[in-house]
Amino acid sequence: MTVDDRFTEEARQQRIAESQLGTVNEIITGPVKDWTTDFSHFEEEYAENAIQIWDDLRGRCPVAHTERFGGAWLPTRYEDVQAIAYDTEHFTSRAIIISNVRPPLDIAPVGFAPPISSDPPFHHDARKLLLPAFTKANVAKQAVTTEAFCHSLIDGFAGRDVVDAATEYGMYIPMRVIADMLGFPQEDTEKFTRFVENVLEGANDPIEERQERGMALSNYLFEQVRDHIDNPRDDLTTYLLNAELYGQKLEPQHVVGTMTLLLIAGIDTTWSAIGASLWHLAKNPEDRKRLVEDRSLRPKAVEEFLRAYAPVTMARLVKEDVELGGVQMKKEDWVLLPFPAANRDPERFERADEVVIDREVNRHAAFGLGIHRCVGSHLARMELTVALDVWLDRVPEFSLEDPAAVRWSAGQIRGPRALPLRIG
Amino acid sequence: MRVSIDSATCQGHGRCYDLAPDLFGEDEEGYATLTALTADGEVPAGREGDVRLAAANCPESAVLVHEEARL
Ligand code: HEM
Ligand code: HEM
Ligand code: SF4
Repeated sequence: MTVDDRFTEEARQQRIAESQLGTVNEIITGPVKDWTTDFSHFEEEYAENAIQIWDDLRGRCPVAHTERFGGAWLPTRYEDVQAIAYDTEHFTSRAIIISNVRPPLDIAPVGFAPPISSDPPFHHDARKLLLPAFTKANVAKQAVTTEAFCHSLIDGFAGRDVVDAATEYGMYIPMRVIADMLGFPQEDTEKFTRFVENVLEGANDPIEERQERGMALSNYLFEQVRDHIDNPRDDLTTYLLNAELYGQKLEPQHVVGTMTLLLIAGIDTTWSAIGASLWHLAKNPEDRKRLVEDRSLRPKAVEEFLRAYAPVTMARLVKEDVELGGVQMKKEDWVLLPFPAANRDPERFERADEVVIDREVNRHAAFGLGIHRCVGSHLARMELTVALDVWLDRVPEFSLEDPAAVRWSAGQIRGPRALPLRIG
Repeated sequence: MRVSIDSATCQGHGRCYDLAPDLFGEDEEGYATLTALTADGEVPAGREGDVRLAAANCPESAVLVHEEARL
């Protein structure tokens, strides 16, 4: 067997260097003057009121604009979000998180973290590598350990009246699951907290700070890769190290990029979904009681929470000038893809602004639309279902300890980051 | 009633096989398949409602339902 020599110091430096390239624009912060012409998803007002902001914009300015981030658009109608998601000719995934840096043009079609950052035709090949590990049948194998882990978190609440369901429950579940799947040591969970912390919220931070965070994560992943090369095992990291595309092993940047993606994409998202669901039930005792008593309602409720509190807004860059929803978008403009706003479009959903926990017809787009459909959607659904099942069975009585202490994240991933609940 | 999966638009969201696991299945990449009960494209008698529900919940509108005129 030949030695796997892809993950050299040079490759690590190259990754850091690549993440530093791109077109930088001035960082603009501060309160939004007018949501139709100056929107910013990083401001506190958006964290608190995103739903009202989307509903307002959809009615009077369905594709809003801002000069911030070097120019960006915010569509809020389902049909516009859908059209952009399907149109990979005019919109590239070269970047999917809006920041003040546009990655260099030549990183397409692979991008920094395949497959999310990839465009056709490469996208499909990179995605295909991941699909088998994330089928419904395969992720079901993680359910037993996930359930045991949720129980152990709740065991830890013994003797307490108030717990933070975001930072003491929801956050740990996806971290533990993905760390298990990638084959990382369980005791490293605390480290992930730091890697993921403020990432979504931090994309507007000074570039040096972002690079420092990125470097710590890169270093950790290179360490894990080297350990897996020395000690191969039955997990996703070893799988990626052995995987081949076009008859060759993957580029080192592809392996580490995909690991980054799996780690980051799975954590804040699922954490947000668990937190938002518990927040809703803490505020709505009737829904809570119905779900505690009738387990058969829970699958529909999970879908409704995903619709109404969809955590993920993605982004694209305009590849070619294009007209959309009545506006003229220019090459290199950013476009937000707010699946959560699409999910609340009354043109598309009956009683769109209400949470109907037994909704029958629910064609929501929480996991995206088109070729980038969330690879982790079956895993996320399993985690959310198990997390709610265990919580409702063990802690049937709970309410908001202090509504004013609940804090929602700003940025593209929306969910409660502080959620003190009174339990028992 | 007849049913088919439009494999050009199916993205493997899995809503169909979540809602009606005996009528729809998943292949090794998570894309929808028909099952022993639906392999010939015919919906078993009495299961029309489940097929319509799966179709109405598919985010990509890839579950194609062909209603037939009653004789
Ligand atoms: C409730 C939880 C989650 C939500 C709402 C969510 C949402 C999304 C969305 C909307 C996309 C589409 C991105 C785009 O169009 O650019 C996406 C892509 C993706 N997600 Fe998730 N996600 C969740 C959990 C997870 C988990 C647990 C994983 C895996 C560990 C994961 C892995 C991925 C990957 C790999 C992609 C890229 C797919 C591609 O580009 O082909 N996600 N996710
Ligand atoms: C779920 C919420 C997500 C958060 C909070 C998040 C956060 C971040 C953060 C913090 C970075 C590092 C950027 C920096 O330097 O500050 C990052 C990079 C990246 N994220 Fe996410 N991400 C999320 C979702 C996703 C999803 C769903 C995907 C793909 C499915 C994704 C793909 C990437 C990729 C590819 C990079 C590297 C690109 C770059 O920073 O230039 N992220 N993300
Ligand atoms: S619900 Fe639609 S997209 Fe999802 S697997 Fe079924 S047919 Fe495919």
